[in-house]
Order: sequence, then structure tokens, then C-alpha cells
Amino acid sequence: MDPLTRRKFLLASATAGGAAAIAASGFGLAELLATARGDDGSDADDGTDKLVLVTLYGGNDGLNTVIPYADPAYHSARPELAYAPEKVLHLDDSLGLNPVLTGLKRRWDDRQLAVVLGVGYPKPDRSHFRSMDIWQTGSPEAPVPTGWVGRWLDGTNATAEAAVSFEPVLPPLLVGATRVGACVAVGGLQLPPGINADLVAALGRTQDGESELHLRAAESYQDFLRVNELVEQAANSPAPPEVAELPPLPATATGGASSLAAQLALVSRCVEAGVPTRVYSVSLGGFDTHANERVGQEWLLKQLDEALTAFLDRMAKTKAGRRVTVAVYSEFGRRVRANASDGTDHGTAGPLLVMGPGIAGGFYGEQPSLTDLDDGDLKATTDFRDVFGTLLGSVLRADPAQYLNGYQAKLLPFVRGRV
Amino acid sequence: MHDDVGMLLRRAGFGPTASELAAAKKAGYQATVARLMAPAGPDRGAATAPIPDLGRDPFDDLPDPTTEQRAAAESLRKQHTDAIIRWWLDRMTVADHQANEKLMFFWHGHWATSIRKVGSPQFMLAQHRKIRSSPNFRVMARKLVSDPALVYWLDGQLNTKHAPNENLARELMELFMLGIGNYTEQDVKEAGRALTGWKTDLGVPETAIFFPADHDGSRKKILGTTARFDAYTLVDFLAKQPACARFIAARLWFRYGSSSTAIARSTQEKLTSAFPVGLNMLRVLFEDEHFRSGQHRLVKQPVEWLVGAMRQLNIRPAHFSEQTLHQVVSGLTGLGQVPFAPQSVGGWPSGAAWLNSAAAQVRLGLADLLAGLAQFDHLTAEELATILAIDTWTNRTYQTLKQAKNPRQLLILGLASPEYLVN
Repeated sequence: MDPLTRRKFLLASATAGGAAAIAASGFGLAELLATARGDDGSDADDGTDKLVLVTLYGGNDGLNTVIPYADPAYHSARPELAYAPEKVLHLDDSLGLNPVLTGLKRRWDDRQLAVVLGVGYPKPDRSHFRSMDIWQTGSPEAPVPTGWVGRWLDGTNATAEAAVSFEPVLPPLLVGATRVGACVAVGGLQLPPGINADLVAALGRTQDGESELHLRAAESYQDFLRVNELVEQAANSPAPPEVAELPPLPATATGGASSLAAQLALVSRCVEAGVPTRVYSVSLGGFDTHANERVGQEWLLKQLDEALTAFLDRMAKTKAGRRVTVAVYSEFGRRVRANASDGTDHGTAGPLLVMGPGIAGGFYGEQPSLTDLDDGDLKATTDFRDVFGTLLGSVLRADPAQYLNGYQAKLLPFVRGRV
Repeated sequence: MHDDVGMLLRRAGFGPTASELAAAKKAGYQATVARLMAPAGPDRGAATAPIPDLGRDPFDDLPDPTTEQRAAAESLRKQHTDAIIRWWLDRMTVADHQANEKLMFFWHGHWATSIRKVGSPQFMLAQHRKIRSSPNFRVMARKLVSDPALVYWLDGQLNTKHAPNENLARELMELFMLGIGNYTEQDVKEAGRALTGWKTDLGVPETAIFFPADHDGSRKKILGTTARFDAYTLVDFLAKQPACARFIAARLWFRYGSSSTAIARSTQEKLTSAFPVGLNMLRVLFEDEHFRSGQHRLVKQPVEWLVGAMRQLNIRPAHFSEQTLHQVVSGLTGLGQVPFAPQSVGGWPSGAAWLNSAAAQVRLGLADLLAGLAQFDHLTAEELATILAIDTWTNRTYQTLKQAKNPRQLLILGLASPEYLVN
């Protein structure tokens, strides 16, 4: 969409009533899409880069994701769990991908997959919750109430739809001090019988002299309607001709936790429709493989690989889509040595994957040693804030230190200049 | 002074019923504070919600369960978890001594232990009993430092002389007793050594078990004092630090006064002098000019919102069907606050974080569920204001309520209104 259209859009969405106002002033997404498509037949590219953060909950075993297959210490530490070198998808002569990650291997061969090695933080915490908090708040030293994307929302005075989560509960990542990202149930707009969008919009009107928090409560209803409207329209909008052969959205009315593929399908639609969201948060859970790890992790990694591959293939077909960068992380890796139940316990550092057309593929950072361990765990070689800082700087064009509590990130050169 | 008795009742408890509010208005602010802090007679309401007896943890004595045994035990744990959540929600709803009950919920958020890691409902309930039976913070800290749920939550069972784990020590100083900035990294390490030697046993939810061989009995220098600290002498020592009383005062202000404006120095000093009895500190807070000014707003936490509504609508979780209970718990999950399951050891979120767009949808669904259980044949906006203890509806909400076509819609909109979400 051109800048003028975007400004009109923001004006429309800023008025009381949210979605209703958008519709009334004729700025539904279909109209925006129509104006956004230029003479070159291109799509709804609003000229901004987008970031998709994929959170793997539970602690993904990094050593069986990016596998140090040539290291004898890998095989001796976990004889039952280790992959034979010939099964591994070789990336170089020492590291390779888990055999199920065939789509990511293709991405690697296309030089669009960056593998940042040994990512962690000082004094690793082995609690899922605390460690996930650390990653999402970007604050290993002390708990802080805001996420790093939330602080970016604060700092840029962004509207709620600038950062959207398709998870059931808003992750701390998107919570700022004064701004909060939007959280959209994959099931879409569901209201009790008799309560329609007009009534919710009426409740969302702000009232003169209301306290800041009352105002925020009213606005949350506007945000809710607006974001749902955007997603609904994005989901129903005609796909650009070149992606018409792709499968439609899966049925989503069943409720409960949705698959990563379903979440990413919604992201696709939003990106293609030119929804003004800069950061998307999606997730996949279940990586806490204390027992019988091999079957469970392969099943999850396969889902991850298929969902990401379909998403990136689809994104590659549109100009807006080619502005998308995906980063995949987990709260910690797992211990080097397998436990007695063919699983692994909570560990520390792990690989972080970054991919997209704007990414300069290859390895970044250093693979941690399997013999020089910290109490049985890998020693992190790259601070995760260096990765997030790079994403803040290159994708969101923001000052990393401002949103990482003053942390001076060492920027990694994995983002190429855009076309 | 603003002296809003309604605000006092909403902050001190989970949400006053119309008759409680009327009685308090008649009695006046001071008398209501006194009544809240020292209610006359036993808690008759709470007596109708006896604490459940769960029996043994099904995983106790199953060191190497088969797949079937594991599935059966997990299923029983799930039932027990439902039972304690149902019980506590019910107890919060029916308790007459609302200030005690609300303070209990505050302490749960303070020690922020989650069943999602702890696993054992018996452990969680045992911790709950300890908090409830502690006459003051010093005793509470003493009981909790060897509480299996807390020890396990913070990896205390992995903390031995030969392999120290400082998780519990750090949170004890940072989140539970002193607050950040009042200790050094070295203090954390030394305190970690003082806490070595405790293990948990699923068969003994009452207390963790001390293994002297795993305990580091040597001298530790903590906050400038050198001694052979162990778990108990450590928490006794920490509780005596001036920073501890000040920290607890600030935490109480955060949940009862304002989560966005820091506690005033004068307020903090007054509360500090009432340490370590929680209710005494609360009394000082409710009598404090900054609290009474009525200038500070708080967003109701989801459990406060739900329990307050159930009190006002005369709904009891004890009578929920299994299905209704699951809908309520799943609603609370969507809102981000399930009792016994804080997302983080740092405690519950606060303020605007509760007011996100997905919560808006979940809240409307949960309000619909409550409205269905309440069953009014006839209801006006004015009557609803009385029931929900709302002084006056804003124009916005009044106009919206006027559009409701039946009592159920009216209730949903009232429960979801901004003035009901913020107090």
C-alpha cells in the first residue's frame, strides 16, 4: 500500500469503533488491496520488513537439530540418541541437520538459512518458565515486566496490530509498558450469542475524563475487533493469482491449540493482504523431551520443517512476502549426555535458525565444544541478544540497545541488503 | 481524603455483594477497615468449603511406571488439580472474611509456585496450607524454605554441597524477601550453599527432607555477616533485614494500591513498621492517605474479576458440572491466570497486560457463561449497577447496556464494561 493509503488506514482505524469505522469509511482490506496493487501487478507490499518469531516451547534439543555428526564426543555422550553420520543432512564436514529437516536443507542450499551456533546467555537458567521469560524479555540479569517487542511497541507508539500473536495467550514478548500487541485466536471472531460486533464496539468507545486504565480497557475491545477484522478479511481476501494453487486455510473452528501450519497460514494471508503488522509471534510446543526423545522430537521437527517450508515457499511468490524474515528459537537446548530414559534433561545453549530471502545463509558464531562443558552442559558462544539485536536493527530498523535494556548487541552479518 | 468504601471493599476483598456494600456504607470507612481486619466470629461461609482430602500422589511408589500406570496416574493428578482449583475458587467466593482470603491470593502470587512444573497437586495444596496457617511473614518464609513445592519449583532438590544450584537462593533474595539491588551475586552463591541438602519425596508433601551429607555446613558470608547459615537461619536472617520489610510493603502496595505508581516513602515507612503481620500491614495501608485519596486505579486480575462476579451473582464453583469447571478454567487460561499455575516465578502480570485484545474475546465468553448460570428473568441497567457494586455507569456503558435485548446480554456487557474491569 502506498504511504497515503496507509495514513488513511491508520486514521480510519484510530477512530472510535475500530472495525465498524473502517468499514464505514470504505477502508476495508479489499479496498486497501486494490489500491496497493500497482501497475506492475505487484501485491500489497507496504515497503516494510516483517519478522516472524517462531518459539519452540519445552527446550528443543539443539544437538539433535544441528548435529555435530563428526564429533566422536557426540556419539559417546548419547549412543542411543545419536544419529549415524550417513543419516544426517550434511551442511559441512562437521555439522548437519536432523534427517527430517529436508525443507530446511533445501533452504540452506539456496543460501537462505542462517544457523547461529551456540546461542544462549550468561548463567543459564534451567527452568522453562524463567528461561523463556529471559528470551522474551531480553533480560537475563533480572526479571522485567516487558518483552523486547513490547518495548519496541512502546518506543514507536505502535498500534496493537503492529505485533500480532496467533497463540492462545499473549506471550510476554509482546507486552510493553504502555502498549500491548494483539492476540488473535486462530478460530477468529467468536462472540456469545446476542453479542455482536456493534455492541462490542459500543463498549469500546472511550469516555472523556476516564482514567488511563479505563481507556486501555475500552481500547482493548477496539483492538480486538480491528485485529479480527483484519485477519478475517485477510483470510477471505482473494489470494494473488500466482499463489492461487496453494491450499486454502485449514478448518479452524475446532478451537484449542492450533498447529504451527495453521498459524503460519494466517501470517501468510496477513502479509499478502498488506496488514500493517511488523512482528508475528507463532509457536510450537512439546519439546520437553525427557524421555523417548527420538520419536517425539522427529515428529515435532517434521511439523516445523513442513510448516516453515510451505510458508517460505508461499512467501517467496509475493513482493511483500519476500520482506519476511523468520527466526526460530527455544528457551534452552538439552544436556549433552542422554539420561536413563532415552531422553535428555534441560540444558543450555542451542542453535538459532534465521531464514528468508533477505538472509545471507551460512553458519554464524561458533559450535560449542562437547568436551569443554559447564557441569555437563554446552557453553554458549553467542548471546541471544546479539541475534535479536541484529533483527531489531536490520528488520525493524530500530536501535537495538534501546529495546534490549541498554545491552550493546554485537550485530551479526546474517541480514543482506534488501532488493 | 476520598474515603470510598466501595473501593476499599473491592481492593480488600474480591468484590462486595450489594448487601456488603450497603452495610459498609452505613458503618463508614474506619469501622469497615476494622471489620475487615478483625471480623467477628468464625468464617461461616468458608466453613461450607472444606479443604479437599486428595489422598496420596499416584506417582508416589511408582519409581518405574509402565505406560499404562503412568497414564492412569497422570489422569488422577489431572482430577486432583481440577479439585484444588475448584475448591479454592469456591472458597474465595464463599468466604466471609474477604480480606484474609484476598491476602491468601496475594501470597500465592508472591511465592508464585506453579503446578505446571511441580506436578503434584498434593505438594501445591500442602504449600497452600502452610501459607494460610502462617501468622506472619517470618513464619511463612521459614515454612516455605523447606516446602517441597517451592523447593522443587526452584530446583532446590538439585542443590547439593558438591553441585550447588543457586536458583532458590536467588529468587529468595530477589523475588520473595529482599528485592533486587539489596544483595550481591556473591550473597546469592553463599545463600545457595546455605540451602543445600534438601530433597523432596512425593509421599511427604508436608516438608522437604534434609540430608545432612548433602549439606554444606561450612561458614558463609551473607550481607556482611559470617556464620554457618542453614536454610532456617538464612531466612530468619533475611527476614530481619530492613530491606525485607520495605520490600513486602512495596509488593502489597503494588497489588492493593497501584501497580503503576511506586509506593510513597511515607506509606512505605508506615507499612514497614507493621511488618511482619500481613493483615496489620494491610490495615496501615487502608488507613494511609495515599490509598484513601482514591487517585490510583488497578486493573482487576482475572481471578478477582471472576470471583467478584460469582460473589455478586451468587454462583458457587462447588456446584459447577465438570464441563462448566473446564470451561471456567480454560477461560482463566485464556485470560492468563489460573490458581496454582502462575506463568512465572516473578508472579502474575499486572495493569494493562490483562487488557489485551484476545483477553477481550475470552472475557466476553466467560461473562456469557456466568450470565447463563445467574439466570435473571428481569434486569435493568440500574439494578445491574447495584448487583455489581458499580457506583454509576459511564455514558458509554449506559448507552451500550440500553441496547441489550435480554438480561443475559445485559449481564455480559456489564461484566465486560471498562468500569467493571478497573477499580
